Amino acid sequence: MSTIRARPCRSRAFGIIAGLALAAVAAFVLALMSGELAISVRSAAGALFEGDQSMEAQVVRHLRLPRAVAVFACGGLLATAGALMQVLLRNPLADPYVLGISGGAAVGALAAMLAGLASFVVDAAAFGGALTAMLLVFGLAHGDGSWTQTRLLLTGVIVAAGCGAAITLMLAIAPDTRVHSMLFWLMGDASGARRPWPALVILALGLVLILPFARELNVLARGELTARSLGVKVVRLRFLLYGLASLLTAVSVTLVGSVGFVGLIVPHLMRFVVGNDQRVLLPAALLAGGTLLTLADTAARTVIAPVQLPVGVLTALIGVPVFLFLLSRHRR
Amino acid sequence: MNESALERESAAAPVLAAEGLALKVGERWLCCEFSLRLAAGECLVLLGPNGAGKTTLLHTLAGLREPDAGRVLLDGRAHAAWRGEELARFRGLLAQQQPDHFSASVLETVLVGRHPHLGRWGWEGPQDEAIARAALREVGLEAMEGRDILSLSGGERQRVALAALLAQTPSVFLLDEPTNHLDLHYRIEVLELFRRKVRDGAAAVMVLHDIDLAARYADHVILLDGRGGVVAGSCDEVLQPEPLSHAFGHRLERHELAGRVVFLPQ
Repeated sequence: MSTIRARPCRSRAFGIIAGLALAAVAAFVLALMSGELAISVRSAAGALFEGDQSMEAQVVRHLRLPRAVAVFACGGLLATAGALMQVLLRNPLADPYVLGISGGAAVGALAAMLAGLASFVVDAAAFGGALTAMLLVFGLAHGDGSWTQTRLLLTGVIVAAGCGAAITLMLAIAPDTRVHSMLFWLMGDASGARRPWPALVILALGLVLILPFARELNVLARGELTARSLGVKVVRLRFLLYGLASLLTAVSVTLVGSVGFVGLIVPHLMRFVVGNDQRVLLPAALLAGGTLLTLADTAARTVIAPVQLPVGVLTALIGVPVFLFLLSRHRR
Repeated sequence: MNESALERESAAAPVLAAEGLALKVGERWLCCEFSLRLAAGECLVLLGPNGAGKTTLLHTLAGLREPDAGRVLLDGRAHAAWRGEELARFRGLLAQQQPDHFSASVLETVLVGRHPHLGRWGWEGPQDEAIARAALREVGLEAMEGRDILSLSGGERQRVALAALLAQTPSVFLLDEPTNHLDLHYRIEVLELFRRKVRDGAAAVMVLHDIDLAARYADHVILLDGRGGVVAGSCDEVLQPEPLSHAFGHRLERHELAGRVVFLPQ
């Protein structure tokens, strides 16, 4: 595709965002309605807005709603984190899962659980783990002043492998009483999602924090030197991207566990649709990520019901071939 | 031309000045202390062998790097006294080409040059687009505004970068090898373009590899030998066989041909 949409335009951006928001609402409603117990739109709405006390309403309020919120937040978090990392590294293959960031978060969280610490410490440890893994990967791969594809992916894969080994080690030495909760955390399918709302709030705050810098991100994509000469405070912006991408990844991993490739596939899809203007791409990726993961999770728990698949299995099954395809296409 | 440029130097206030400037990379001094003054309407060319520090000097003049000694003044003020966007509206840098990884249209890419002219929440308006299109016309890319930059050749990408710089509309152009990747006729066209900008009141500092082009377009030349030696002065003073042969480590002869100065390696 050599000819593309030529120019940024605010009204078009609002149209795209509005369309994606509608799609997100539709996916959400579908997630509330679908399952072993089919529930009509009216009953679902009644359960949410009218304090209905029927069994259907209980299912919607206490099972499906938290799960739908959790997967939507997780999809949005990972897609946004992926998009941010891709700008930060100027590399379209960057993704929290591929680069071992999710693994780092898991190591942090499991270590805190192994030590028997409170759940908020577990969340903090997940954040610290994500931050450390990112520091490790970006620092080590930053060989000649730029993050070359090969170095970056290799370093990420190695860090992910190291995290996998550390996780196995911790599971092996953990006392039986804790192994169950650790495994449950690790498998992290959305059915176990506790407290989904803070994640949604953090997601919204993250977007609000980065949107004022969105045009600076467009400039950064032209290269560090050009960005600095155009008045962008590159160091500050990089720290913001780095911190925010780590935070969003850690929140997502804490909520639902390791879900792979959302951060890779969604920004890519959205680039085809909306182009690479970060002012549109970031909110579009957030909404599309949430929508797609909500749909994927609805499929994961209905396709071979009563068996409920962890949603991460589904995203990995779709993500691996897509990633390999992109990797082969990007070899230039 | 050079005489009148020298006269202006003494008369006009410099838009770009360096005092007692010295640069080093690691423990190696690239150039010893020297000074320069560049007024509006003048073009300065930086010459020297590979690794002599031309790009480092250009970045220092742009304020992207602190000098290791001395100071740089833009319009009489140190870089630290400028706000980021304000500085970006006054001086623009053409950096050496970097690989692109994301699709974007040519017009979008040129519009990036409008960044310092827009507020935090601002979007590029019709006026910015008109400026970007005019810049594309100046580099001969007006028919390609919808093309994906990933599909362009190296020369076309260089012209897109030049158009983005023109859309930035700075008063001082800092150009790192502006003729890189370009075919011969575009090389001349681009240098003529900046010569026109300079005639219209801008100032330009450019890193060039070609001594003959430098002789044709420069008012002032700074010659770095990469061993700390700096020869600075008017075009006629610096572009002499002795300093050039010394800097480039190869004997060069000066000839005049059809009214132009050319240097031939022995």
